[in-house]
Amino acid sequence: MKWLLNNWDQVFEALGQHIVIALTSLAIAFAISLIVGIWAARHEGVFRAAIVVTGILYTVPTLAFLALLIPIVGLGRANAIICMVAFSLMIMIRNVAVGIRGVPAEVVDAGRGMGMTGFDVLTRIELPLAAPVIVAGLRIASVTVISVAVVAAYVNAGGLGTLIFNGISNDHAPKIWTGALTACALAVAADLSLARLEHWLRSRTA
Amino acid sequence: MLLIDAWQFIVAHPGRFLNALGTHVALSAAALTLAVAIALPVGIWISGTGRAAMAAITTANIGRTLPSLAVLALVMPVLGTGFAPSLFALTLLAMPPILLNTYTAIQQVEPDVVDAARGMGMTRAEIMRKVELPLAAPIIFAGIRTAAVQVVSGAVLAAYIGGGGLGDFITAGIAMMALPQLLVGAIPATLLSIGTDQLFGWLQRAMIPRGLAS
Repeated sequence: MKWLLNNWDQVFEALGQHIVIALTSLAIAFAISLIVGIWAARHEGVFRAAIVVTGILYTVPTLAFLALLIPIVGLGRANAIICMVAFSLMIMIRNVAVGIRGVPAEVVDAGRGMGMTGFDVLTRIELPLAAPVIVAGLRIASVTVISVAVVAAYVNAGGLGTLIFNGISNDHAPKIWTGALTACALAVAADLSLARLEHWLRSRTA
Repeated sequence: MLLIDAWQFIVAHPGRFLNALGTHVALSAAALTLAVAIALPVGIWISGTGRAAMAAITTANIGRTLPSLAVLALVMPVLGTGFAPSLFALTLLAMPPILLNTYTAIQQVEPDVVDAARGMGMTRAEIMRKVELPLAAPIIFAGIRTAAVQVVSGAVLAAYIGGGGLGDFITAGIAMMALPQLLVGAIPATLLSIGTDQLFGWLQRAMIPRGLAS
């Protein structure tokens, strides 16, 4: 506790870095998933291929993934972000595609009957109605990304893992506790707030 | 070529490699076994209760969101370093998916089926053993599969708290920037994880009761 009070600026900086790399990765993964997910919603073959490929990426152990990227991109933030994006894709592509497919055909037909173009149907009917499922995917992805970011400190990406690794190498327990508990709190907070958003969207689209 | 160098490292140090691989598999298998031994009975037990279920589900949901490395790191100041603390942390990490899936799977068994079994004169224990568990098995196995992959993945991180395993090559490889050594840890760990996923996927399909298989 005393350590935390004396070093709160260091903790704050690590937390800030953690949030920045997590949000960057989520934003990139979201953009890719939206494109691939919309495509996959219309074509079963694309859906299957996307799930198989991203499913394998998702299975690779975090530290092994970061390590395998070192010969290609070296150490640092880019390495961590590529890894975090790769881990988010399976869940987010699946949820975008499943969410769009879950929109009742009658609603889409009604939109077409009103003279909407394909793009209008997508942006004004399908995506809004799929939003709760898409946010559910975003929720799992955000927890995954926060978890990966802890390990990514080992490849010099910064973040809360830095405190943990420094604590382990200097055998300094308060540092370990602070880093680990802050990371846990961040993951739980992200999970709960996106659960709220999901719930609110569900009540609005129901 | 990096891959050839990595292969030569294995050939030059077969004992070290097999030792690390053995530790990795032993650590993962032990953690998964312990987690199943604890979470499965608890999941079955809470499926028949109201308040205990709420508490257990909430705890498991929070447990599922915690970063693996944070859990391993939190165990270290308390239990120290080595195999046993790693085993403890990995068991904790493996429990939530098994518990949640067991509970959900039993909840999802059709009440009519349970009623029919009761009408046939089955006892509560018989219904659980002969009706509910077989019907719930595929979903329970899906939870065990998630846990298994998580444990094999988490065991790589156990290297940080002295748990051994394939992560040792990765951490040493990063520390010395010895790329071949890094691959000696990373490639087998990846294959082990993907293999585990495939194996449990197969088991999960094999668990579908004959009457339900399409």
